[in-house]
Amino acid sequence: MADLKKKRMLTDKIFKVIFLVFISLGLVVLAALIYDIVSKGIVMLDWEFFTRFDSRFPAKAGIKAGLFGTLYVIGLMIPITFFIGTATAIYLEEYAPVNKLTDIIKLNIANLAGIPSIIYGMLGLGVFVRYLNMGRSVLAGSLTLSLLVLPVVIVSAQEALKSVPDSLRNASYALGANHWHTVYKVVLPSALPSILTGFILAISRAIGETAPLIMMGALTFVMFTPQGIMDSFTVMPIQIFNWTSLPKTEFELVAASGSLLLLILLFILNGLATFIRYKYSRK
Amino acid sequence: MSNQKVLEVKNIDFFYDDFQALENITMDVEKNKVTALIGPSGCGKSTFLRTINRMNDLIEGAKLEGDILFDGESIYQENVDVVNLRKRIGMVFQQPNPFPKSVFENVAYGPKIHGVTDKAKLEEIVVESLKGAALYDEVKDRLNKSALSLSGGQQQRLCIARALAVKPEVLLMDEPASALDPVATAKIEDLIEELKNNYSIVIVTHSMQQAARVSDMTGFFLMGELVEYDKTDKIFENPSDQRTEDYITGRFG
Repeated sequence: MADLKKKRMLTDKIFKVIFLVFISLGLVVLAALIYDIVSKGIVMLDWEFFTRFDSRFPAKAGIKAGLFGTLYVIGLMIPITFFIGTATAIYLEEYAPVNKLTDIIKLNIANLAGIPSIIYGMLGLGVFVRYLNMGRSVLAGSLTLSLLVLPVVIVSAQEALKSVPDSLRNASYALGANHWHTVYKVVLPSALPSILTGFILAISRAIGETAPLIMMGALTFVMFTPQGIMDSFTVMPIQIFNWTSLPKTEFELVAASGSLLLLILLFILNGLATFIRYKYSRK
Repeated sequence: MSNQKVLEVKNIDFFYDDFQALENITMDVEKNKVTALIGPSGCGKSTFLRTINRMNDLIEGAKLEGDILFDGESIYQENVDVVNLRKRIGMVFQQPNPFPKSVFENVAYGPKIHGVTDKAKLEEIVVESLKGAALYDEVKDRLNKSALSLSGGQQQRLCIARALAVKPEVLLMDEPASALDPVATAKIEDLIEELKNNYSIVIVTHSMQQAARVSDMTGFFLMGELVEYDKTDKIFENPSDQRTEDYITGRFG
């Protein structure tokens, strides 16, 4: 008996240590990365960095074009993705008939979430830039990124809607509410915090995307901010990517500053998502 | 006038796909009476309750044959407005299911979707409904607090108030006290006694004592059939069917 007990406790301990080692591994790498970025990035990061355009000289290079480009592209992408994504999820979960076709559509949307982002870049180049003649514009970039994150947004919104208990829907129907009332007044308000959380996380993924935008032909060296949605543009990750590929070593510091800024932006968005989830889960 | 029929159920058969859940049910529900439906789990009593306000419409593959008359008119004709039907026949569920909104908004939900927008009028309905559900005194200071902060028994009475707010004529209750403790259950039972002055009540319960305490009429369901339907006293003291007697005396179920 005692032997068996010892053995069980030992197994418990061994697994605990194994898990601890793996999580530490991840955390150490992450900490090292953040330390590297912060320590290098802080050197060149000043107010001027935000207000200057790119330059051939590291000391004069700034992120203004990328920052504004990112804000434009993401700003346009947010409404497009939110409305298409949420509406699709609502249809699939609340309205679509339960049959094979619906199942196939749901399965394929989930699969789309796993497609490499560069494929979306090629799609954007083919459809938006060339076929629809949008050129390498902010609009084309936004639509490309929308396509990229829509599957994620739809799936997470579906999950959020599914988690609303049927008892609430029944309560609403039993009071004589119609389908739309039930969805709009009962289901959506309950699901909205989760929908928003998933949505914000998807947006932060889009902000960091480089490949699809390079693929569809976003510029790398830009000396202006976009004036409208049909203007050409660059985004922060592309600028960072460009700096890291330049021969002058000082550009490494500039790239680090850009990364730091991008990191802060993502941190804020993730914080916002956590805050929303926390705030509503306590109610 | 004492035996006015509010519901006339005529030979209904009910199917979930191929499974027949109800077989040839016929019964009348009298106005301003409490009608209890008892029977073992899975006997179809809840399914039957849900045919009365057509909640089963929401279930894929559900099919009903036969007819139910409400106030003398069929509720299963094509032109029946289900929204209006459910407004006139309210329902309270087994688990308290308040919306994750304030107490006030919960009760105001029904009137609002049926077009009441005037604030003073809404407030009047909310207060009146909460009083009707014997809950007003307990929640009058926290109408704007979340309904989920109420106790289970209070939540269930809130659900009753919410149902009353659309001014139904019939109230369907699906084991309304089964998730509650004895004190809260007693309150619900007192409330039912009170409510029957203004409403006709059909209550599903798995507690025979509860049926005996609150109801005027009792129907005994077994495997999708209505075995016996009579005055509650008769059912509990001198049932005609052997199966009813076996169930009442606890020999099965």
